[in-house]
Amino acid sequence: MTDLAQRQVTATDLRASSPRRKLFDALFKLFLWVSLGVALGTLVTLLVDLIAEGWERLNSALVVNMPSARPERAGIQSAIMGSLWVVGLTALISIPTGVGAAIYLEEFAKKDRWYNRIIELNIQNLASVPSVVYGILGLAFIARGFLSFGFTVITAALILTLVVLPTVVIASREALRAVPNSLRDGSLALGATEWETVYKQVLPAAVPGIATGTILSTSRALGESAPLLLVGALTFVTFNPEGLDSSYTVLPLAIFRFISEARIEFRPLAAAASVVLLIILLGMNSIAIFLRNRFEKKLR
Amino acid sequence: MVTKTNTTLAPVSLKATGATRRRLYVQALFKGIFGLAAFLTVGVTVLIVLSLLVPALRFFSQVSLGEFFGSTRWAPLFEPPGFGVWPIIAGTAWTTAIALVVAIPCGLGVAVYLSEYAHRRVRAIIKPFLEILAGIPTVVLGFFGLYLVNPEIVQRFWPIGTVSTFSGLAAGLVVGIMIVPTVASLSEDAMTAVPRGLREGGFALGGTRREVATKVVFPAAISGIVAAIVLAGSRAIGETTIVLLVAGSRPTFGWNPGEQMQSMASFIGFAGIGDQPTGSTGYLTIFAVGLLLFVITFVLNIISIRIVRRFREVYE
Repeated sequence: MTDLAQRQVTATDLRASSPRRKLFDALFKLFLWVSLGVALGTLVTLLVDLIAEGWERLNSALVVNMPSARPERAGIQSAIMGSLWVVGLTALISIPTGVGAAIYLEEFAKKDRWYNRIIELNIQNLASVPSVVYGILGLAFIARGFLSFGFTVITAALILTLVVLPTVVIASREALRAVPNSLRDGSLALGATEWETVYKQVLPAAVPGIATGTILSTSRALGESAPLLLVGALTFVTFNPEGLDSSYTVLPLAIFRFISEARIEFRPLAAAASVVLLIILLGMNSIAIFLRNRFEKKLR
Repeated sequence: MVTKTNTTLAPVSLKATGATRRRLYVQALFKGIFGLAAFLTVGVTVLIVLSLLVPALRFFSQVSLGEFFGSTRWAPLFEPPGFGVWPIIAGTAWTTAIALVVAIPCGLGVAVYLSEYAHRRVRAIIKPFLEILAGIPTVVLGFFGLYLVNPEIVQRFWPIGTVSTFSGLAAGLVVGIMIVPTVASLSEDAMTAVPRGLREGGFALGGTRREVATKVVFPAAISGIVAAIVLAGSRAIGETTIVLLVAGSRPTFGWNPGEQMQSMASFIGFAGIGDQPTGSTGYLTIFAVGLLLFVITFVLNIISIRIVRRFREVYE
């Protein structure tokens, strides 16, 4: 009985060159290629489509002109400036807070304390709360209610800070974790306090990694549109922000506006503005990737 | 501790005690500040819950739970208003299901290719492109869905029923594309974490690359893969801008995915644009739907974190 079973196994399973098996191998490989093709093909189609549709409007007038009800004169200057203000402020608030929290969790916190475990779990959770929910929070507490900042630059920046903060913390923690422990031990052995070790040894070693992570995270704020829909960023703004309490619009919502305009002439504008947004994003990402590559070389 | 042994050595180090005290004081200060930053994140969660719960409770004092979950007409911002939430739950379910139908095979295919088939150099070329795809703003994907995917692909090739200018089908497809990088990179991480010995065992038994990938690596990484899919699903549920732009803003409750649809998230965006007067029932509806959305995604996130944790235990 066992003999027979064994012989059957040999006969069916170990024939590496059985045509059925070869066919399945080939089909599976085809499936993998198709998956990759769908993902990358969509990306390429998207980029080509945007450039083709936006080509006629991709000129200096686009970035110099203000929004206008007449499509031939409309531009995105106030949206670009609004985005710079809002994202700049977001970075200014979220990076110190996020890096600080990361330093606490990675360098100071005792991992087995219940409150530290709660913070950890909480950050993981915050990272996957839908961004529109932060918009609701902003509407209730920041724009109206407790802070009552209205539909202003600072409101938008605070909301986007909440959106990106968890990812800034997670990215900074990864960068801190990549610093070898021998560095910490050496510094402590020479009599430095924990804080001096962090400030003079760990942080300088982790800065490229932290920079990469925080740039990538704050670049998310640049493309974010959903939470700002709730706090008046879709309004028609024909001037650049002048301070924290200015009304504003941002690039993603300027695009949103162009798309929802009834007249078809706004469509190339939406495509052209999307290309501008993608160029800015790509610029930020290239800086981050450049930093990462330099950092990796240094480690080797 | 080090300082105490030093102080006995010389008067010079007695001076150092004072300085050390200051150094320890500085340390305590920074520990405190950074600890505060970390605790702040817990405060954010508390704020989210409070900001949703209080207005939502006021909403449910005006609209009964029975009407919210018991009727099927959703028109909270119109006269006469209807507060049956099922149409937007159905809209969310449609777009999320379609998105997952696209993203699961496509994302897993990419992940298996990258982790089991691709040469190191090919991987280094493909991964940045996936990162670019992951970084495309949703409003740009919305443009793509509304002007290209729906009219040029869905309306042309969808075999059953008609597809309107705004369609849940196209919205689902585009949201699917949006979450492909999430599924791909998280499952790839899970598969790469499978010990090499398992693969070598598979090859030594005469398995082909496909057999090792599907019968050894995939089952070993299954919990990480499931967690990736759950997380991607929760992102699809919460996606606002794409659904708002591509699926339109009229809630429908039916079996045709080619129709206009409204999801929970896209309703919140839609109502937010309308700038509802503070305290009106329309304004409070935003919070009730927001609470529902938050609870659903929260539960999914906890499930995903749980699964990942179990998965980690296996290899540690």
